[in-house]
Amino acid sequence: MFLQHVADGILSGAIVGLGAIGLSFSMKMLRFANFSHSELLTWGAYSALIFLSFAGSFSGSFDTIGPFSFGIPLVIAMGFSCLLTSVIALLLHRFVYLRLSKTAGHMTMVFASFGVALILRHMVVLIWGSDPIYYSNELQLAVLLPGNVRVLPDQVFLLGLTVVVVIALHLFMTRSRAGIAMRGVAESPDLARVSGVNVDRVITFVWIIGASGAALAGVLYGMTVQIRPELGFSLILPLFAAAILGGAGSLYGAVLGGLIVGLSENLSVMIIPTTYKPAVPFLLILAILYFQPRGIFGEPEK
Amino acid sequence: MTGSTELKATGIVAGYIPDMPILHGVSVVVGAGEVVSIIGPNGAGKSTLIKAIAGLVGISDGNVTLDDKDITDVPAHSLASAGVGYVPQNGNVFATLTIHENLVMGGAALAKAVAQERIEEIYGMYPVLKERTREKAGVLSGGQRQILAVARALLTKPRLMMLDEPTAGLSPMAAAELFGVVRGMAERGAAVLMVEQNAKAALRVSDHGYVLADGQNRIEGPASALLEDEEIGEIFLGVRRKEAV
Amino acid sequence: MIGVVAYLVFFLILALIFGISVLGLNLQWGYTGLFNAGVAGFTAIGAYTMAILTGPSRDAVFGGFELPFVIGLIGAMIASGIVAIIVGLATLKLRHEYLAVATFGIAVSIQLVCLNWEYLTGGTLGLIGIPNPSKPWAEGPLAQNAIYLLIVIIVVGLMFCALERIVKSPWGRTLKAIREDEIAAASLGKSPERVRLEAFVIGCMIMGLSGALYVAFIGYVSPWDFLPILTFQIWTMLIVGGSANNRGALLGAIIVWGVWTMSGFIVSRVVPSEFQAQGGALQAVLIGLILVVTLLIRPRGLIGEELHVSRHARS
Repeated sequence: MFLQHVADGILSGAIVGLGAIGLSFSMKMLRFANFSHSELLTWGAYSALIFLSFAGSFSGSFDTIGPFSFGIPLVIAMGFSCLLTSVIALLLHRFVYLRLSKTAGHMTMVFASFGVALILRHMVVLIWGSDPIYYSNELQLAVLLPGNVRVLPDQVFLLGLTVVVVIALHLFMTRSRAGIAMRGVAESPDLARVSGVNVDRVITFVWIIGASGAALAGVLYGMTVQIRPELGFSLILPLFAAAILGGAGSLYGAVLGGLIVGLSENLSVMIIPTTYKPAVPFLLILAILYFQPRGIFGEPEK
Repeated sequence: MTGSTELKATGIVAGYIPDMPILHGVSVVVGAGEVVSIIGPNGAGKSTLIKAIAGLVGISDGNVTLDDKDITDVPAHSLASAGVGYVPQNGNVFATLTIHENLVMGGAALAKAVAQERIEEIYGMYPVLKERTREKAGVLSGGQRQILAVARALLTKPRLMMLDEPTAGLSPMAAAELFGVVRGMAERGAAVLMVEQNAKAALRVSDHGYVLADGQNRIEGPASALLEDEEIGEIFLGVRRKEAV
Repeated sequence: MIGVVAYLVFFLILALIFGISVLGLNLQWGYTGLFNAGVAGFTAIGAYTMAILTGPSRDAVFGGFELPFVIGLIGAMIASGIVAIIVGLATLKLRHEYLAVATFGIAVSIQLVCLNWEYLTGGTLGLIGIPNPSKPWAEGPLAQNAIYLLIVIIVVGLMFCALERIVKSPWGRTLKAIREDEIAAASLGKSPERVRLEAFVIGCMIMGLSGALYVAFIGYVSPWDFLPILTFQIWTMLIVGGSANNRGALLGAIIVWGVWTMSGFIVSRVVPSEFQAQGGALQAVLIGLILVVTLLIRPRGLIGEELHVSRHARS
């Protein structure tokens, strides 16, 4: 049982980790708690649906790849979802949050993010209704792993994709000039400017990466659990916990934080009633803010 | 004075908050191959002037030209590729990045191949940087950090180099070494503008000097003349007396 | 005619009950600068305490003491106050953005408890049969509501006067001093942390009172009445009314509740019946849009904060 919980924890942690990357960045850069970030996961999941419904209308039914429940169209849909979600995030940044950061204080921005989240969440209901939806009706047979652990092939894909994404991002941030520029901007935008870095363009990039992480997290959640309007909202506290745990602005922190959150949530059911599981991320938040407010990889307050 | 004037800042009114300017119409001129120092008491606006020229602080009145081209409203990152180098006083290296990555940042405005070449040149000039190339800049000593900070700015081979209190916190030996680097830049034809708290030492390596107080020009002239000027002593002594109270 | 009057009475009761919560939030945000994103949670505590104290005894559920209305109100305030003390001690030292997340999490946790701890709260079904104090005094819903409205108006009046006096008292001036310049205030010997905690607790007690009045009116309490959307509504009321202004707080409550119910009404008329479920979503989108656009166009959106920010101008 224990190992099954560990496996479940890693899987849900991967989703939270991917989703928390963007939240961690925006907390560092704009210094406010963005309650609308979680809706990017929701929109990520539904965006893939948009693409699939178009693809479906062109090519009829399509084959699934191997033991997975999806085929090539969903893979392409993921790319489309990253694109659409990035557009949404950039529009929000440009027309709402950036403007507010110049004219009003951080708390106004937090409140505005509540409003934006409300709009995003309910637009989903307007367009798709409130019932849960699924990418495919394919039934999957669980794979039996050592230790009596059962996972679905899709879940293995989830983990694999997360690992690939994290490694790719790591290589990007450490080997490429653009990635180094990103890290430089995160530490000191002014110094980056005088070094010749177009900070606005870098920030745009950061948003795209964060939004894409959220989009992928949403699609993966939709694939392995279900697609519903409260998808993102139900993950607000885990996402915040991961971002705060890992330290605002840290890519690795967000992913590691996600894993810790996922594992804590799933292992906690061995001690407390399952119905209280959603409170675990919150307790984590309190604990980390009490003991180490800047998180694991965060930088000391200036 | 040699050849054409490089930098000309005229009547600069600037500040962090638009309605509360710190500079009230300051003017400086720096020629190619010259080292110009700006000295004055704390709060005079020396750092603000450099930041305004570098594009980090908004200029509400006055203008800045580089080789007769108006750069007043050019964004900070474009100035780097236009040949302006700037070494801030604080936070002048990326502490979380390695030495090598710091230099990569310095070459951000250059083509990749050119940046690579220049980085190798820098390693040649400052072997200590090459030795510790993979270490995070945050673990360097004060003197080494300063070298890295200057090296980062040198990557674009700037025609105008601005330094804000480059010798702050350095040992006398390190400070002398740094001033040597500064003179070397001027000798290679750059215009160098320096803000310094250590007035005497700065003036000794400078060609020209400006004294700022309360956001305005007070005195200017050849560095040698300023070194002997009594009024300067008064401006500084006066401040010191106030501080003692 | 009677119908309109009856509706107005009903409307005012709810608007003023919300207004009480807004007064509490105003004390926390407008006067003290605390961003409480967990309003719904403290309202819930007051509501459930009222239900437990004044309700009839029920099988397999704690409570049912059938205590009088006023005792219930006081009990509700005390319960909210106690939880507020615990929460405040744990979270008030946090930076702004973290306080928002922490208080949000608290409200979610409280709602979880309400949803799951069946013995105490009746779980998903909630608790029914909460007595309405106006029942013994009049016949028929219109008269009873009129009396309840009177009760609510009295409470609002008392709260308003009490808050106005508190704000002008030495304690209130300390509050203002702390918000303006914390370091100077601390050097005068006033402990900012202690005063902030007190403001937080009082504000939460007021929110608990609001919750208690709500369930005594409605007659039952369920965990679905205290979702984050309630927090959003109360905040919107505060913003529309302008913060650090008690009159504005009440006005904001009436205006926003009016817009909310009217938009719900319009949507239910305009939207064809198959899409009624979406109607609620449309209403939410409209409200959200109005809010965000207002914040964008009126740069001095959260007035109380403007004073705070300008002292520590960003470079």
